[in-house]
Amino acid sequence: MPELFHRKIERTAIGFVIAIIAAASVGGIVEIAPLFTIHQTVEDTPDMRLYTPLELAGRDIYIREGCYGCHSQMIRTLRDEVERYGPYSLAVESKYDHPMLWGSKRTGPDLARIGGKYSDFWHVAHLTNPRDVVPESNMPAYRWLARTALDTGDLGLHLRAQQAVRVPYTDEMVANAAADAFGQAAPNSPFAAGVTQRYGEKTQVSAFDGVVPRLTEMDALVAYLQVLGRLTDAAYANTAAPQQAPNPTN
Amino acid sequence: MVQQLTTGERQNALVILLCIFVVGLAMAALGGFDPFGVHGVVVMLYSGGIAALVMKHYYDPEPAPGRQSQYYDDPIKVAIAFSLAWAVFGMFMGVWTAAQLAWPDLAFDSGWSSFGRLRPTHTTGVIFGFGGNALIATAFHVVQRTSRARLAGQISPWFVLLGYNLFCIVAVTGYFMGVTQSKEYAEPEWYADLWLVVVWVTFFLLFLATIARRKEPHIYVANWYFMAFIVVVAILHIVNNLAVPISFARAKSYTIWPGVQDAMVQWWYGHNAVAFFLTAGFLGMLYYYLPIRAQRPIFSYRLSILSFWGITFFYMWAGSHHLHYTALPHWVQNLGMTFSVMLLVPSWASAGNALLTLNGAWHKVRDDATLRFITVAVVFYGLSTFEGSFLAIRPVNALSHYTDWTVGHVHAGALGWVAFITFGSLYTLVPSLWKREGMYSPALVEVHFWLAVTGTLIYVFAMWNSGILQGLMWRTYTQEGTLAYSFLDSLVAMYPYYIARAFGGLLFLLGAMVAAFNIWMTVREAPAAAEKQADIPDTGLAPGASPAPAE
Repeated sequence: MPELFHRKIERTAIGFVIAIIAAASVGGIVEIAPLFTIHQTVEDTPDMRLYTPLELAGRDIYIREGCYGCHSQMIRTLRDEVERYGPYSLAVESKYDHPMLWGSKRTGPDLARIGGKYSDFWHVAHLTNPRDVVPESNMPAYRWLARTALDTGDLGLHLRAQQAVRVPYTDEMVANAAADAFGQAAPNSPFAAGVTQRYGEKTQVSAFDGVVPRLTEMDALVAYLQVLGRLTDAAYANTAAPQQAPNPTN
Repeated sequence: MVQQLTTGERQNALVILLCIFVVGLAMAALGGFDPFGVHGVVVMLYSGGIAALVMKHYYDPEPAPGRQSQYYDDPIKVAIAFSLAWAVFGMFMGVWTAAQLAWPDLAFDSGWSSFGRLRPTHTTGVIFGFGGNALIATAFHVVQRTSRARLAGQISPWFVLLGYNLFCIVAVTGYFMGVTQSKEYAEPEWYADLWLVVVWVTFFLLFLATIARRKEPHIYVANWYFMAFIVVVAILHIVNNLAVPISFARAKSYTIWPGVQDAMVQWWYGHNAVAFFLTAGFLGMLYYYLPIRAQRPIFSYRLSILSFWGITFFYMWAGSHHLHYTALPHWVQNLGMTFSVMLLVPSWASAGNALLTLNGAWHKVRDDATLRFITVAVVFYGLSTFEGSFLAIRPVNALSHYTDWTVGHVHAGALGWVAFITFGSLYTLVPSLWKREGMYSPALVEVHFWLAVTGTLIYVFAMWNSGILQGLMWRTYTQEGTLAYSFLDSLVAMYPYYIARAFGGLLFLLGAMVAAFNIWMTVREAPAAAEKQADIPDTGLAPGASPAPAE
């Protein structure tokens, strides 16, 4: 029997490495590259809006505290999930998410459509000590969020980096990042108007943690939780059993 | 350690350490009180500490001229020590986080000790700390013995080992401060990622140069796996971690990948971190330490080829099975599912090859706890690769995804396969490396074995039960066609299993501590082995006497 071809490859280190790279590259290239070129991958939705600086800061806190380890933000196309959490998630809803936070584990419930389902007050109480509101909960308490002032000094840098990864923030948004963060949590302040002007009428301007002058990490996280699932209404148009998007007035 | 280096090499080491120290200083100055600055201080302390060690021994006598005709084992010894230290740390964090799920107030009233920040310290501690250091140790050992050549560098092995551990330390200290990219198993931020690229490229070049020095015409199977591990992890790491930092003085960055593409890239990385970090490298261990310990040649050379290329090619397609029923396009999900099922063939080819290797040595499996570690590892490898292919089937995944079943599956692999093969390899490696007759206490190896088996079984059964129960509760409907259980009902049902799993993990941790003690005592106390065969590389001068395993 002739010598196995493999016997030759395994006599050359460089050849073997090249063969490994060749074999290992195919799968990733075939599965990833078309996601950027096939247009249907991400739906077109004209009403998709950006995270405000406060919501983005809240999102960074959500990442920092590892919330994604226990909460998904991806409602699958299964009947029980749609009935439990709302219309299934669309790709467009995480179009501006760098990184995505779809999650892989539900120790707690899915949060893709949590925005507007509970009041700000409920969220603050729940984050301060989940067992005050839900006695059986095993979620950690996040008391220190309300004690910690939000660092707004770097928000311009954050938006600038978001621009660099092609999230369409305008230079005006970058310039006003810190003021907009303050304004969104201070409804009656002179800064509030600029937020809705720049980010749209649907932006929730509210004293999230109930205390206006001091901007805390609690404000930011609640602002983020309240916008989840509400960046676009596309998912509600897409579902077989139309549901109303929550539209609370808190 | 330092005594093995010539004066010139000691100087070079100090220059490298000084450069790293300066980088740390710059980070501290730029970052200030940002975690970036704190990490600058960590880098300064780490490089400064090592530089102090080198300087302490700077005037020690030069190494004997014959060092090139010896294997270079010092870095391996230190890697084993790092590996065990990380094992105890990482598993302790695992037990703590597991306990927090059952008793959520088991934390201090501040960020660093909350579940979300501790969880990555556990995953990084065990995967990269324990597993990574064990991989470095065994890769350095196996490549030298199977090539009958000394490592192709004096400082570079230290650079790889110590640089890698600096990465792990920066990663874990970062999590406590809340520094994370949130990418699972790729949490460290951009500067740690850049550093790992430098370390990893050095690792690759060192490994390749050592293979190029080999005195054997063929590259042994174990080295194929180590090579795939090193090369592919580099590709995965670089692509997944492409990010734009908000400033070169801040820790925070944003990944360049948006939404759905990020999900695909993340799980292409995530699943192949399992494939090439937690499987390929450890298969490299299997292909060397199993035949050595069993004193049997590998059953089939052709099966080795089949499984190696099958794993290298198929695994890279499988990542999208983490995204079934999500907003990821259907065609990608289908590809992921298909290749995941096909992956069973090369996986079971490896497992079968290993089990058939044991034919004729089963009496040793009964008597030798170390060989039993390796055997159980193979069995769990077979089980968890079957489970993996099964869970990747879309309708099965509908039930299992988001539940503890996934966690159980991961731990069947991580405890049953990865940790078992590692401990089996270490128990084989340590006596031979320190030239001891055997382990300090074979009885303690036996104790460790049973602690580990019991712990793994309790853990995995608890998570299977909780996962399937959770999945079923979420999808149960009443006769009226409404959901039968609230989410909270399913959480309340989890508590007994969470307690059981913390207990299983505790047993496994105790086992690891027994192992660390036993290995420590072997190094300190065990009687030296009588020199049977010279364990030296083939320099062309002495007749090659090192025992190379058969193919």
